[in-house]
Amino acid sequence: MPPSANSEQMTIHRRGRGLAGETIKGRAMSSILIIEQILNGLQFGVMLFLMAAGLTLIFGVMGLINLAHGSLYMVGAFAAAAVAGWTGSFLLALAASLAAAALFGALIELTVIRRLYARDHLDQVLATFALILIFSEATRWVFGSFPLFLNIPEALSGTLTLPGGIEYSRYRLTIILIGLAVAVGLFLLISKTRVGMRIRAGENDREMIGALGVDISILYTLVFALGAALAGLSGALVGAIQSVEVGMGEPVLILAFVVIVIGGIGSIKGALAGAILVGLTDTLGRTMLPWAFAAFMEPSAASSVGSSLASMLIYILMAGVLLFKPTGLFGSA
Amino acid sequence: MIRERYINFLIGALLLIVPLVALQMDEPFIITLATKAAILALAGVGLNLALGQGGLVSFGHAAYFGIGGYAMGILASHAQDYAPLMEVPFVIEGTNLMPVIWLVAIVASALAALLIGALSLRTSGVYFIMVTLAFGQMFYYFAISWPAYGGEDGLSIYVRNQFPGVNTLDPIQFFGICFVVLMAVLFLVNRLNKSPFGLALNGAHQNEERALTVGINVYRLRLVAFVISGAITGLAGALFADLNRFVSPTMFSWHTSGEIMVFIILGGVARLFGPVAGAAVYILLEHMLGGISEYWQIYLGLILLFVVLFAKGGIVGGLARREVRHDG
Repeated sequence: MPPSANSEQMTIHRRGRGLAGETIKGRAMSSILIIEQILNGLQFGVMLFLMAAGLTLIFGVMGLINLAHGSLYMVGAFAAAAVAGWTGSFLLALAASLAAAALFGALIELTVIRRLYARDHLDQVLATFALILIFSEATRWVFGSFPLFLNIPEALSGTLTLPGGIEYSRYRLTIILIGLAVAVGLFLLISKTRVGMRIRAGENDREMIGALGVDISILYTLVFALGAALAGLSGALVGAIQSVEVGMGEPVLILAFVVIVIGGIGSIKGALAGAILVGLTDTLGRTMLPWAFAAFMEPSAASSVGSSLASMLIYILMAGVLLFKPTGLFGSA
Repeated sequence: MIRERYINFLIGALLLIVPLVALQMDEPFIITLATKAAILALAGVGLNLALGQGGLVSFGHAAYFGIGGYAMGILASHAQDYAPLMEVPFVIEGTNLMPVIWLVAIVASALAALLIGALSLRTSGVYFIMVTLAFGQMFYYFAISWPAYGGEDGLSIYVRNQFPGVNTLDPIQFFGICFVVLMAVLFLVNRLNKSPFGLALNGAHQNEERALTVGINVYRLRLVAFVISGAITGLAGALFADLNRFVSPTMFSWHTSGEIMVFIILGGVARLFGPVAGAAVYILLEHMLGGISEYWQIYLGLILLFVVLFAKGGIVGGLARREVRHDG
């Protein structure tokens, strides 16, 4: 069993925990802090949306479950870190993350993924699991086991004072804006353009649009590359807050699955709602639960019980959705 | 079917003969590898009941494997520290007796499978895969953030647990225990597959509507299969922890779920001895490729990709030359 995978799976949660620890030691729960946490939750949710949107699109159009989506997230982050290291430009780094992830996405679609469309889900899971092993080890081989660092660009470092006197990180705000812009762009792409029309048609009836003369294999490669590019972008943006390392995509992938289960498979709207819900629940849970338990327990016990429970919160949320709406909030059938 | 029976016999015999030869040649490491293969095979046999027979693609069986492991870790650590597990309302002591540990591991993982299964089986297809994966991950994060039993660092047990009449510290004797448990479970699973329950389970897999039409409660049927499957994997987890004398959250990680699934696909889905062949080959590959390159998982990935794309049926399927359908 690869021992390295596990320490890496932690990164995404460490970020949240650091924030939670700070609150217990320092000040009491104030409204400013809550707003700050809500913004953190939004930022987290928006990143999850970029991952989940690609996954749900690929599932909706091609009927494929792609575990290697987290690897594309990692590819994007590594490409961005490498290009930022050579050129020093963050914009070029973001462009590189989009290009590299789209390229690798198209590559695996052409060589492996397209053989899987007609297969059952078990084969898809195993083949894309194999792709994860190949991607992770190849990245370790090229870049080594030590994490890379991607710096936040100068213009976006520091904080911004929001109305109400709240200091908030410029970079995180930018991420929220980029994420929302991508959401709007994706919505317009799918509802207003010809490609979007074909994607929607593909979701409804794959055979039929083929019969109507649309070249499905190009459409499939395009959709897969689009999803991959979104994952790569998300990896690069998060890579600047956390470290860029092998296996960084896997915890995000699983959270994106939770998002999709909550939102409903194949629905972009569901992915957005689910992502924001999961982002807020996770971030707020990590802050509030230890604090809430401290009201009737001693601090150290409250902190450990609270944070253990907080780590399970989104899964409990998912269980709740499954109980009442097994097809997800926006799912059909 | 007759041909498959010979192959099964051959696989079982090989698994027994290799460590016995290793004993003669004084190679205890090979005995340990064979023990590991037998234990992982047992985990695969558990998953194969749900996945192969029932068509339930669970990507969260690491949860039961880990629960079995922690059942051993928690009980044995209390026995090792002479600290009772619980004092109110009545005293429960830790234990280092394998049969007791196994029982606790089976019951605990069966309960977890009942809970997870009851929720997950409300969904099907790709939802089911994602939901089981997510619930498995929930246990992983819980194990990491719960500090009482080692948290992220895991829990070491200094002396292997005891089995009446056997010296468990002797590698070949511990292998014997694991081998006998594996064969006993295989015998029971084979009986189960041929029972009305197993036939109904397989029938519901091949055509759910038809099973519903003839009055089978498919949900309950699958839930029972899922619970038995989880319990077997939990038992394997307890043995695995005893082999390493160590439990850690890694046992819960989704890589573990993936690996258990890989044993099945390598060996052959829905084949009785498929997971045994698969786990043995996996251990062999890990050992041999690991010697060639630090990045051996690339080769594992390529082999797995090849088997999925071009060699469906796995080892047992390839040898027995008869296609067994899955997830139709």
